[in-house]
Amino acid sequence: MTVKVCIPRAPGTNCDRELEYAFERAGAQVELVPLARLFETKEPFGSAGIVAFPGGFSYGDDVASGKIFAVEVQARLQDSLLRFLDRGGLSIGICNGFQVLAKAGILPGFTPGKQEATLAHNASGRFEGRWVTLEALACRAEFIPAGARIPMPSAHGEGQFLAFDDATLRRIVDEKLVAFRYVTRDGEAPAPYPDNPNGSVLGIAGICDPRGRVMGMMPHPERNIAFHHDPEWTRRSRSEEGAGMVIFRRLVEQARRGE
Amino acid sequence: MCGVRAPRTAWVAPEFLGVGTPRNYLDLALRRVTSPFWQIEVEVRLGIPDPEGSAAASALAELGLPNSGALHRRGYLLHGGIPRRDAERAARELLADPVSDRWRMRRTDESPFDTPAGTRRIDVLRKLGVMDPVAGSVASALRTLQIEPAAIATFRSYEVKTGASAQAVRAVAAKSLANETIEELRVDERDLPLPFEPDGRPFRKITIPIRALEGDALMKLSREMSLSLNRAEMESIRDHYRSIDREPTNAELETIAQTWSEHCKHKTLKGACDYREAGKPPRRIESILGETIVRATETVRRPWCLSVFVDNAGVIELDAERAVCIKVETHNHPSAIEPYGGAGTGIGGVIRDVIGTGIGARPVASTDVFCVGPLDLPENKLPKGTLHPHRVLRGVVAGVRDYGNRMGIPTVSGGVFVDPGYTANPLVFCGTIGVMPKSAVRKEVRPGDAIVLIGGRTGRDGIHGATFSSEELHEDSQTVSATAVQIGDPITEKKALEAILRARDEGLIRSITDCGAGGLSSAIGELGETTGAEVELDRVPLKYAGLAYDEIWISEAQERMVLVVDPKNVDRVREICREEQVEMTVLGSFASHGRVVLRYKGEVVGDLDGKFLHKGVPKVVRSAVWEPKTAEEPAPPSESELGALLLSILRLPNVASKEWIVRQYDHEVQGTTVVKPFTGVRRDGPSDGTVIAPVYGSRVGVALAIGLNPRYGQLDPASLAEASIDEAMRNVVCAGGDPDRTAILDNYCWGNCDKPDRLGALVRCSEAARDLAIAYGTPFVSGKDSLNNEYRVGGESIAIPPTFLVTAMAVIDDVARCVTMDLKQPGNLLVLVGLTKDELGGSHLHLARGLGLGKNPPRVDAVLGRSVLHGAARCIREGWVRSAHDLSEGGLAVAAAEMAFAGGLGARIDAAAVPLAVGTPDRADLKLFSESCSRLLLEIEPAALPKVRSALAGVPVAVIGEVTSQNQLSVTLGSKELFAIGTEDLRAAFLGGYAENGARP
Repeated sequence: MTVKVCIPRAPGTNCDRELEYAFERAGAQVELVPLARLFETKEPFGSAGIVAFPGGFSYGDDVASGKIFAVEVQARLQDSLLRFLDRGGLSIGICNGFQVLAKAGILPGFTPGKQEATLAHNASGRFEGRWVTLEALACRAEFIPAGARIPMPSAHGEGQFLAFDDATLRRIVDEKLVAFRYVTRDGEAPAPYPDNPNGSVLGIAGICDPRGRVMGMMPHPERNIAFHHDPEWTRRSRSEEGAGMVIFRRLVEQARRGE
Repeated sequence: MCGVRAPRTAWVAPEFLGVGTPRNYLDLALRRVTSPFWQIEVEVRLGIPDPEGSAAASALAELGLPNSGALHRRGYLLHGGIPRRDAERAARELLADPVSDRWRMRRTDESPFDTPAGTRRIDVLRKLGVMDPVAGSVASALRTLQIEPAAIATFRSYEVKTGASAQAVRAVAAKSLANETIEELRVDERDLPLPFEPDGRPFRKITIPIRALEGDALMKLSREMSLSLNRAEMESIRDHYRSIDREPTNAELETIAQTWSEHCKHKTLKGACDYREAGKPPRRIESILGETIVRATETVRRPWCLSVFVDNAGVIELDAERAVCIKVETHNHPSAIEPYGGAGTGIGGVIRDVIGTGIGARPVASTDVFCVGPLDLPENKLPKGTLHPHRVLRGVVAGVRDYGNRMGIPTVSGGVFVDPGYTANPLVFCGTIGVMPKSAVRKEVRPGDAIVLIGGRTGRDGIHGATFSSEELHEDSQTVSATAVQIGDPITEKKALEAILRARDEGLIRSITDCGAGGLSSAIGELGETTGAEVELDRVPLKYAGLAYDEIWISEAQERMVLVVDPKNVDRVREICREEQVEMTVLGSFASHGRVVLRYKGEVVGDLDGKFLHKGVPKVVRSAVWEPKTAEEPAPPSESELGALLLSILRLPNVASKEWIVRQYDHEVQGTTVVKPFTGVRRDGPSDGTVIAPVYGSRVGVALAIGLNPRYGQLDPASLAEASIDEAMRNVVCAGGDPDRTAILDNYCWGNCDKPDRLGALVRCSEAARDLAIAYGTPFVSGKDSLNNEYRVGGESIAIPPTFLVTAMAVIDDVARCVTMDLKQPGNLLVLVGLTKDELGGSHLHLARGLGLGKNPPRVDAVLGRSVLHGAARCIREGWVRSAHDLSEGGLAVAAAEMAFAGGLGARIDAAAVPLAVGTPDRADLKLFSESCSRLLLEIEPAALPKVRSALAGVPVAVIGEVTSQNQLSVTLGSKELFAIGTEDLRAAFLGGYAENGARP
């Protein structure tokens, strides 16, 4: 059975097409859906196995990145999204998508709908686009390839992960919700700037929810899926597929098993 | 900045007016909003970074205001008609982040917030009519929360810890934190000014008596109405109205002025001139562009050129199903006055050109090039009324960043050129390429088709922008041109883009164009040039009441596109726009009578004959003279200085790393970037060209690069043209582009071409460009000129250096064959391709030594140059080349240095092996730093040498050294060591150049 992926598009979303391509390469069937249509649909995530919130500048990052999209999710999609997750659906948010999931209270989601973490301005104070290395950690989300080291581009101005308070942070760590952390190119942690591009606490680059069904991350695995994405591809023998593909393949695989 | 409720539709926010009253708004009946507002201020919690506060503190400190930090607050004004609990809910649920922010609120008739002792409060608010996109987003989000204030405005506020007086703070803040052209700056004022809203005004049709006017009276009218038309043009208009026996309306006159403006019509470049050059007989050129740039394209006749010079962008074939289009625009005068808004709307405009090509293309990559004055210019040397070059650069970078990133278009290529000639008149070039199905290249308009306006609303923005850009800047430009400057709203443009591409893919669009200079008047005028059009101006959605019909017609408000739609498809287009949350309006229809008829509230306010409008402009013959400059070549440096000079050149802003700029751009969004702007083991080697693979799942690619050498142009405009074309071509070839599938695009930025010496230089440049393009078989596919780049101060008018930017776009069948410039393998050979000549004129060696321009700028030997491009392209295609880098600013030494540190390796070079042209003095400084064209440095495996030599038969190919594993660049002259510099030192000079020259991100 082909896994269906729903990619919601808000005004200002702009990483939807490369995300679509990544899921298609992973064998899924993808639909890009404008938010306005989602709002009007009775069960907007009805037939989807995966809901993927893409990167971009939804509503121009006005007020704060992802904030307005998050307000709309809370007001108009939260119930259907939670129903979708309850029935075993999987969700991923990348960059702006992670910001949306955090600010809508879906991640970490101890109390669904309540915001418990945020992505604040980078410590450097500005937008930066550069390649970073992520280490996948053993966490609640099965599709995270624990132990893998995956290089990929990071491109954001507001990506510094902050939990509401120390207790929340401790809970995120203790309950194994940290999915990715920034490491140096040689795999060492903690990674200093610019290997940790935004100053995130504990080098946290991505987290999942306690059930392991939702995962959000700042860097862009969908921008490391083809040979030419690797910034050093002219220096070494090529692999046909970029290292970021593993995330999409495993997501689709788990969604298929779940059906 | 504050606004009244707009007519209610589901998703359109109220638009927003301002607190100040620039001159251009004084005639609107303004009403101060007297009811109170909720004032909400949001700041980060203690310990969380406050980048805008820190940036403000250091910007103030840089300009000599001692302070111990600043706190930034985002401010919101919500109309007081909503209850307190709703305002609090807005703050809690939308405006402040519960994790990282805290907020405070008051009503504006309550007591003001405290300003702690030892601090000064700075408030920056938008002036009347200045776009406030954030307020629009806030309004839409608040509607989701079922909170609907009648008006919303935003502002920013800083609390600065300083002992300085309010007056001193104000003086410095005006230079760093606010731009008073568009913003109101207040220091330590107890209260915010209440916003204005316009009160509308009654409709009155205005006709302008012109038939009785003669001579000076005509010119007086042209001036008073800001028409920027000359005497012959005014006479031609008068004669036309005499012949049809009535007086024109103001809208008609303004339409003619827009259509005939230099900005839209390119009268100078398309016009005739009498050209004289010393030692040659004078001759008449009937059309400068027609006989040079266009002639070249006609002569080379490339079948893959699908649409050239006729559409908003030039279009060439990409693969069997797709085409790729390109356009590069300038946005100079707005950027001089308000760099952030100017550059942002510049990139926004060129993106719309691409969206408006054929029946719509998807933008896939952007370029940006900035020419600015010296970044370390002392404040007291700054011409009156101009912004400091450092502030200009910081502003334009931020403008391109914020617009390009939000559009989701990778900014992959560009450059910065610093020259004192750009201090008062900086240049901003913005380019975009787009991909479209081949079937989307053709466009047509049929009588009866609907005129559909899509995108942003219309305000008084940019009225007379076209005429403003056709005038010289002067010391008061900063204060009087508020409406010529705009702030972009990229998200509206993004929404329009998505809606347009969906409509295109469903076959709903017959033609499309953007609203650029001249606004609706030129967009509808051009689309309806042969058919004619009927337009209902009162249907245009407005940002605020009170616009007159002629203002609606010529407003240059951003983010608007005009679609031509078969009436039966209008409802489907409307449905798509609803889903994409973008406003669309049917303004009327195209006709078959060939006239442009404008109605407002049922009354005809304009009726223009299309033939007169588009063909009626009288021709003039200008005079053009070019005289060679007399110049001296400085004495050469001693051999012992060469190593230190290499480091100095690496630090020059024209050469030094622009990574601090490029990393602020999302150059990898869309996931298509193959050769990135920076490459190598530490991703800090500057690529010559960048490559994207814009079609998912396909290996077809496009290489993109620029060539720009304004220093040569000050010596000889022919060198400027040739070197720019050759450099752009070399750059795309080095990345893997095919010279036989390369299209180029020209951008002239010039002084006032009514002056014969300026026009003479332009003719010489254009003819050299034509001759080389023909010799290379390379067509120009589009272009743009910006004349009158002069700055008047006192009685004197100073022109910028003649500037001819060439952008090259090359198709690549398989991006897997691309190469990068970083050295790959110790033991590989370094091969210099091409001939080195005594061409240090305009070189960066002279610049680094502070010795002016010198004498001999590089010229191109077209036969040799063509062989180099084709031979090198073949070597790269066959896989014989491991790395390739072109020799340009700083010559061989700079190229070798960059390749070495980028690869994390070293290089050994023997300058004695560099092939020299006959008659060239045998000097090491020439060999290392001459900027002769048509040269490349290749890294090849030793076994590939015979194949490389045979592919480059007829071209000097010299093994000048090898790649080493030692981390240094060692340069000898035969057995004599000239210098050896560690690659870390080379890298440090290259990376640190901007910081040392006073640039700060």
